[in-house]
Amino acid sequence: MLRTWRQRITITDIVVWTIGFAIAVMVVYGSAKTLALGKYTTETWIDLSITGLALGGVYALIALGYTLVYGILRMINFAHSEVFMSGPFTAAFAAEALVKQGLWNTYPVLSLLIVLTVSAGVSAIIAILVERIAYRPLRHAPRLVPLITAIGASFFLQYTFRGLYGSGLKGYPEMEIFKGFWIIAGIRVFKTQAAAIIGAVVLMLILYAIVQKTKMGKAMRSVSEDKEVAALMGIDVDRTIATTFALGGVAAGLAGILYLLLFPVAHFYMGFFPGLKAFTAAVLGGIGNVPGAFLGAMVLGLLESVGPSLFLDGLGIPAAYQMKDAIAFTILVFILIFRPSGILGERLTQAKA
Amino acid sequence: MQSQNTSLWKPAIQSGLIAGGVAVLLSLVGMVATFNQRFIISGVFSMGQVIFLAPMLLMSYFFLRKTMALSSQKIVLYGLLIGVMGGLVLVLLVLLGTNFNLQAMFINSSSKLYDILTFNQPLAPGLMILLALSAVMGVLASGSFLIPPRISAAVIQGITWVLLVGLLRDLIITVTSRWGPLAGPVKSLFAVSGLKPLGAIFLFALISGLYYWRNGKPVSPAQKPTQTKDRSLLFWAKWAGLIILLLLLPPILGIFFSDILDTVFMYILMGIGLNIVVGFAGLLDLGYVAFFAIGAYTMGVLTSPELNADPMTYWQALPFAMIACVVAGLILGLPVLKMRGDYLAIVTLGFGEIVRLLALSDWLRPWFGGSQGIQLIAQPVIGNMVLNTQQELYYLFLLGVGIVAFIAWRLRDSRMGRTWMAIREDEDVAIAMGINHVAYKLMAFATGALFSGIAGTIFAAKLQSVYPHSMNFLVSINVLCLIIIGGMGSIPGVFVGSLVLMGSPELLREFAEYRYLVYGALLVVMMLTRPEGLWPDARRKLELHEEELEAEAHVLAEAETSAMKSAK
Repeated sequence: MLRTWRQRITITDIVVWTIGFAIAVMVVYGSAKTLALGKYTTETWIDLSITGLALGGVYALIALGYTLVYGILRMINFAHSEVFMSGPFTAAFAAEALVKQGLWNTYPVLSLLIVLTVSAGVSAIIAILVERIAYRPLRHAPRLVPLITAIGASFFLQYTFRGLYGSGLKGYPEMEIFKGFWIIAGIRVFKTQAAAIIGAVVLMLILYAIVQKTKMGKAMRSVSEDKEVAALMGIDVDRTIATTFALGGVAAGLAGILYLLLFPVAHFYMGFFPGLKAFTAAVLGGIGNVPGAFLGAMVLGLLESVGPSLFLDGLGIPAAYQMKDAIAFTILVFILIFRPSGILGERLTQAKA
Repeated sequence: MQSQNTSLWKPAIQSGLIAGGVAVLLSLVGMVATFNQRFIISGVFSMGQVIFLAPMLLMSYFFLRKTMALSSQKIVLYGLLIGVMGGLVLVLLVLLGTNFNLQAMFINSSSKLYDILTFNQPLAPGLMILLALSAVMGVLASGSFLIPPRISAAVIQGITWVLLVGLLRDLIITVTSRWGPLAGPVKSLFAVSGLKPLGAIFLFALISGLYYWRNGKPVSPAQKPTQTKDRSLLFWAKWAGLIILLLLLPPILGIFFSDILDTVFMYILMGIGLNIVVGFAGLLDLGYVAFFAIGAYTMGVLTSPELNADPMTYWQALPFAMIACVVAGLILGLPVLKMRGDYLAIVTLGFGEIVRLLALSDWLRPWFGGSQGIQLIAQPVIGNMVLNTQQELYYLFLLGVGIVAFIAWRLRDSRMGRTWMAIREDEDVAIAMGINHVAYKLMAFATGALFSGIAGTIFAAKLQSVYPHSMNFLVSINVLCLIIIGGMGSIPGVFVGSLVLMGSPELLREFAEYRYLVYGALLVVMMLTRPEGLWPDARRKLELHEEELEAEAHVLAEAETSAMKSAK
């Protein structure tokens, strides 16, 4: 660099850093004041943290789809939030049918397997269809074009499901085995939350193993490195991309069932916020990086759950929980500004962002 | 050639199945049943029937258009095959739906739907009719390739006009009811819903006859513009006519349709602004509603006596609202300067949501009214006249659109416009050419924000109230859709897009429920088949078809070289 750092600083940097600094001060001051006031007991904080981790697990599974697709196609699959919605929405009907047959609580494992299969299957099919129809023909188009089809596909799916299943809320029946809570080391943990956390961790490990250890995963990684060279090595690029979408779809469908354990209501609009937040998580962890997605999701889940009470209550903001979405978006904006490569990501340089 | 033709059976069957799948989807999402009450030809033919039969027709048409040089026999056969396959899928749906209770899952799988699909006949004959009509649709499409182009073009025009006129019955009757002697004859063409059968035949004959006659006329040399003076005169005459028409629209249309026109013009105002950001500068902004909200809320906060001890008038508050929007545009623009494409889209989306969540929150309730919004917003006053009806506010929208469209039009060809386009095409190259991308990007954001904010202020004044719920993400999507469908970077495209996308859900109430479904599908289809939009900007069109043009040039060059070789 020929210029000194002083010359390189622009007005943009000054403004951005000032805003960032102001928010940091606000967060620190708010947290300090909240803790000093002692409005919440330790138990509340632990409860909030567990809620956050359970939510983070769901985000992690959705974020996997964003990260895998971004790794390969360098595009944000905007329709992924609808892929997430489609599976559990369909599964809610399967669950209802199972309840009617009386199988739901008598054979809980079998019912759970059916619901999980339906959810993962529908989500994977939708993901593959979206790739086939909306993305594949446009792989060499200008960048804005697939982005627009992605938004179009997202809306089309949302309102197709609304048309098919109605615009009302669809209740998801509670399972007997998930009712109540366990006391672990004096901490009360709801069974649903425990199931969500454990399920997310196990599924993430399995999916990570698929990406890292299997031949299919190897093909995916090589396509994400360089499509042309991968094709020369005898890898069917189109098929690998379709598999990637399918894998992301399966993860999103399974995430959907975990999400329904936490919030037992399905509706056509349910994908929007979790999708956006999972994307935030993927960016936070470093997009294109699978462990990063998990880490980012857990951090985001925690911040979203603990954040409003910790940062904002101390500032005397009423009904701080209303701001949890705003906190997630603020994190997204600031991560993208200050460290677009995320916590773990190193591969993403400015040129790709 | 022969072997190629025989291998087309499989894709033809595939196309037929896809057409059937689309028809089933349209039936199950409820479009068929909803539109069934909307007749095109009263008692004979409803919009619902068009919806489930059109996939066969269109699929067959596009399939045949792609495959060239077939014998006429084959064309008919393939068309028939596609129609029959599509019909079979629908028949399968009817059989499934009537024998099993699908309604537990698909709420629209009602007996009403199956009555419509079987044309209110008993099951077996109904299914036969369905299958036969689907086949006819396929053959009809192949017919357009067999008969002389002059006739088929005339027939297509006639059918399109009958469809349009049948759908827009209410609008046409309202408008013509003030035309004195003409009102009677026009009205006699229509039934309570749609056209009368005789009226439809008359209209079809009239339009296709006219079209046939006009197409056959040789272009006389006198029609060609000979003198530039005449041409410029014609140009100005056209503009003057358009402006007079626009000024006269509210009294012609009446209150109800003026209200629709207000919505259309509001979206044109926002569309022109977003067109600068997305179309000119290539910055995909998904949080555009934020500026609309900021404009509306600034107007509300400053002029509503609810929140303000000393409320301003509309005109006093307008400059403040405009300044607030420009500042907000700069604030959003600064941090996102380094981002491109996807990331920019998602950050702007986040920004839009943050603005909405802040307006909705209890925290800022004392200033912005929380979920209850702001009421009693001032309406603009000119002299002694308060602009408060839809018809009067239309002129305000028209004035805003006029000014903004003029600015955008002049900007496009200015140095700034060309700089924006350079940034859109390749930012790195633009920077290397010495363009100050920071300043120009910020300028794009600020201009777009300003135009959207103006729309917001008029919106607030029109409703006299603002609510955070009307500032949702869907508004951004509406605006984005209309500029993409109209043609990115094209100013007339904004008008066309807004008229089609915002006008149709208001004119056809049934459509409103499916608007986002249709918009989503339109975005995808548009990008796949015609990425430059309905009314494309010339430069943009060239850019999008660059590869094709290059390929063509390549083919031409190859042909030339081979020709030269053979000559040697």
